[in-house]
Amino acid sequence: MNEETRLLFDEPGPRARRRIRIATGLSLLVIAGLLGLMIRQFAVHGQLSADQWSMYGQWPIIRFLLDGIGKTLLVTVVAAAIAFPLAAPVALVRLSRARVPRALARGYVELFRAVPLLLLLYVFLFALPRAGVTFPVFWQLVLPIVLSNVPVVAEIFRAGVLAEPRGQTEAAYSLGMTYWQAMRLVVVPQAVRKLLPALVSQLVRLLKDSSLGYVVSYVELLHQTQVLGEYYHTVLSSYLIGATCYVLINAGLSRVATALDRRRPS
Amino acid sequence: MPEGIREVLGPLGHGLVLTLAMTGLAFAGALVLGVLLAVCRISPVPPLRVLGTGYVTVFRNVPLLVLLVLFVFGLPDVGLLFSLFATVTLTMALYWAAFVCEVLRAGIRTVPFGQAEAARALGLTAGQSIRHIILPQALRSMVQPLAGVFIGLALSTSLAAAVGVAEMTGQAQFTTLKYDQPLTGFAATTVVYVLITLTSGLVAGRIEKRVAIHR
Repeated sequence: MNEETRLLFDEPGPRARRRIRIATGLSLLVIAGLLGLMIRQFAVHGQLSADQWSMYGQWPIIRFLLDGIGKTLLVTVVAAAIAFPLAAPVALVRLSRARVPRALARGYVELFRAVPLLLLLYVFLFALPRAGVTFPVFWQLVLPIVLSNVPVVAEIFRAGVLAEPRGQTEAAYSLGMTYWQAMRLVVVPQAVRKLLPALVSQLVRLLKDSSLGYVVSYVELLHQTQVLGEYYHTVLSSYLIGATCYVLINAGLSRVATALDRRRPS
Repeated sequence: MPEGIREVLGPLGHGLVLTLAMTGLAFAGALVLGVLLAVCRISPVPPLRVLGTGYVTVFRNVPLLVLLVLFVFGLPDVGLLFSLFATVTLTMALYWAAFVCEVLRAGIRTVPFGQAEAARALGLTAGQSIRHIILPQALRSMVQPLAGVFIGLALSTSLAAAVGVAEMTGQAQFTTLKYDQPLTGFAATTVVYVLITLTSGLVAGRIEKRVAIHR
């Protein structure tokens, strides 16, 4: 019983327990029926035959996929390594008293939070080359991801800094620190620790964003599964395998975020 | 108006209609399915809870683009072939339903436990306390997060361009390639996306203020 369930329902009595047992049986039947239908649909169209799935046991294919996973992780890590440190100053400028820089930072955040990543990607892919600016494929993928994630992370940082007790900043000022010293030495180190779960969750989003390598033909996981599916005519099974890899990696990351959240003193 | 701009804005208008239609339909679908999922996850019936939890884990952790290519290019292999627009809209609804479900659960969790205890102490049945005490308070705290889901969904419809739907982002790309005007198309599209985001934010703020409880 989780928190919401305890909020909504009393401890079940004998009658409620009987009803729950009946509902359990019925729902098991329905779920089994749906699963059966799905398996039948797969079997009728030959998607369960060995030639659709046996190749994923072969080392070269596994290595091909692992290579894709490696590239996906590389894009994620590089984008995070650029975006997270960039986001902190953007957030601090938004909180500072200097009016013009504050307005600029706010404009950047509002604008780039509202632009879809794919549109940014197309700008790097089609518009900038016309203006004579061309990046290598890797950066055509990483730079748009960074640009669209900096504002989101900046907002996370800003919320974290605002949530710090005012006394911390006031004590820092009374020691004679300037705004930037107070932020750098007192507020940000504390805020980052509390924000760690949120930042790890943001990694999940970055990792999902990296699947747009499919559009720029960068050889990350989704692109590799597409190549595999089209080469061996196993489109469905290879996309299913690819999706499973994403779910496993991201569910692992989410679990880390939850664990960090639990450990945090509240 | 110079000829070039009109040439660009025509297709973008068509794209905008598709974007809005996809956003509206997918959001409606995500709301319905999200409510069902939340009911499953909160219900005291173990198989339904497992089903709901599994669904949310899978759909929240898989990138939307992977789902899109899986459904658009993979489903025909098991004999399920629908129109491209229907497939894409359905995929978005399935994906965002997981997020709606989590928003609903988080909203219910914001209601203090004392409220439920007080309702029971007054002799309200489970149904009555849900209807009169819990939901009215929980729904109010869901307005902003749901607006966040709506904005995310509206922006994510751009991914449909990657599987061949000529919505706004796709049209911006076509016009760039066709008319050699790299900036007009992208700038106009950006303005529309910003407008969608700002309007939804404003509307959500209005609704939140309107329904707020003044204590």
